[in-house]
Amino acid sequence: MKMGLASKIWIYFLLIATSAFVFFPVLYAFMISFMTGPEIIQGKFFPESISFENYSKVFSRLPLLSYLLNSFIVSVSVMLGQLVVCSLAAYAFVFFKFKGRDFIFFLFISTMMIPWEATMIPNVFTIRKLDWFNTYQGLTLPFFALAFGTFLLRQHFLTIPKELHEASQIAGLSRFRFFWRVVLPISKTSLVTLGAYGFLTTWNMYLWPLLITTNQSVRTVQIGLKQLQSQEIATEWGVVMAGVIVVIIPTLLLLFLGQKQLQKGLSQGALK
Amino acid sequence: MTRIGRVWRKSVDGRTAALYLLPSIILFSVFVFYPMFRTIYLSFFLTDQTGNAAIMVGFENFVYLLGSSEFQNSMKATGLFVLYTVPITIILALFFALLANEKLKGIGFFRTMYSSTMGISVAASSVIWLFMFNPSIGMFNRLLGVLNLPQIQWLLDPEWALLSVSISTIWMNIGFSFLILLGGLQNIDEHLYESSRIDGAGYFYRLRRITLPMLSPTLFFIITISLINAFQTFGQIDILTKGGPSQSTNLIVYSIYREAFINYQFGTASAQAVILFLIILIVTILQFKLGERKVHYQ
Repeated sequence: MKMGLASKIWIYFLLIATSAFVFFPVLYAFMISFMTGPEIIQGKFFPESISFENYSKVFSRLPLLSYLLNSFIVSVSVMLGQLVVCSLAAYAFVFFKFKGRDFIFFLFISTMMIPWEATMIPNVFTIRKLDWFNTYQGLTLPFFALAFGTFLLRQHFLTIPKELHEASQIAGLSRFRFFWRVVLPISKTSLVTLGAYGFLTTWNMYLWPLLITTNQSVRTVQIGLKQLQSQEIATEWGVVMAGVIVVIIPTLLLLFLGQKQLQKGLSQGALK
Repeated sequence: MTRIGRVWRKSVDGRTAALYLLPSIILFSVFVFYPMFRTIYLSFFLTDQTGNAAIMVGFENFVYLLGSSEFQNSMKATGLFVLYTVPITIILALFFALLANEKLKGIGFFRTMYSSTMGISVAASSVIWLFMFNPSIGMFNRLLGVLNLPQIQWLLDPEWALLSVSISTIWMNIGFSFLILLGGLQNIDEHLYESSRIDGAGYFYRLRRITLPMLSPTLFFIITISLINAFQTFGQIDILTKGGPSQSTNLIVYSIYREAFINYQFGTASAQAVILFLIILIVTILQFKLGERKVHYQ
């Protein structure tokens, strides 16, 4: 479309002003993470010098490295678990005809109306009975099945031509080989979307790790932040912000790299 | 071949399908359906310290909750929080998405900026905002100071705390809403605009007559998701206010958490969880009923 110069300038102005506004808190935290105590109290925006002292302090105060590793293991596990469990289910819904399919589909939909927080009390008891407190399986397994993920992949699987399926059956390809060799490679974009979504949401998870981790063995970075904040609150904001920056870098990077993909994929999954 | 054999062979599809569905079905049963029924069951009981049902009390827990000022307070705070956050988040995200949908040089950079808050966890965002709300060294009070306005005890004043938490929540949720709405805008067929441009229709005319109607399924989706998310808010409360001051930010999930895992009152906590479930069920059903009538599908 052709746009006049005046309206172009006006739109650029709005873009710059509003996006700066949105990004400001992150930038501010970044600046604070390089400041010394007195600088913060003086209310400066730019640090006088770039020193990584706060960063080395935060790594020595908290087992942050081990928390980061835990978060990474948990997020990757949930991501892979969701991809496997959801793609298997989506495949069954699209390429199998069987009795009760509609009913099972309805059951999947109904899980979306049950807020996770409404089930957390018995879930904590279940984890306790299984003796899964402070374990990776306790942190990850409950999230492997995901109705939203199943729908997202089902949407993509539905676009695969039925003829391809018939041809593969004539060629004598087994169900599983068709799934593994044909369906999954075709659906790579949706799998990437779901993977990124799974990683992001798990990395950012707060309440469940708070309930399930009682010591530092598998504790995730988000709970580490809570710990840091309650320890350091009164004095060393620079150290706290250094912790914040370390924690948000992996997901921000993931988002920057996959923003286009995520936006396309999520809005497709949203609108059947 | 026997009859059973034939039936067995005919159902081979069903059995294989079951194999593919089994992981999901087992996980949903153990971690969604069983605990939901268990929550409903527990809501009719008084429980012991380990969460076992001890004395059946029927609807006592619910009667107690509806009469307790603490719970009424929590419901009121939750309702206000939803009202403060959902509409403003969506309006802002829509405004940003419309801006970022223009085809201009460097637009990708702006899209990344707007969606950035989606990559920042609730815990990290809350810590950042906790600092900005700090009464003595936070930037909000500094700003008020520069403008010669009276200082505000953002998170410590019962009048302001919920509003402060809402402001930070709006910021946290903008990234996700923006991303979904931008996706929706980009799915709109270009041709629709071309025919309208010939008639010399202005920007706002096109916005009202083409963009918003075509975007309505996406808007409908994001409104539903935002409403549900708002009722599930926890992390920012735990870090920013712990439900205070004087319970002004004791949102329902925080209240459930406290009742169950701090006070060990699993019966009344379960009753609150059942109420949360019902609220979300009603919101979803209402949305779908309204959505069917109002939404324009392509």
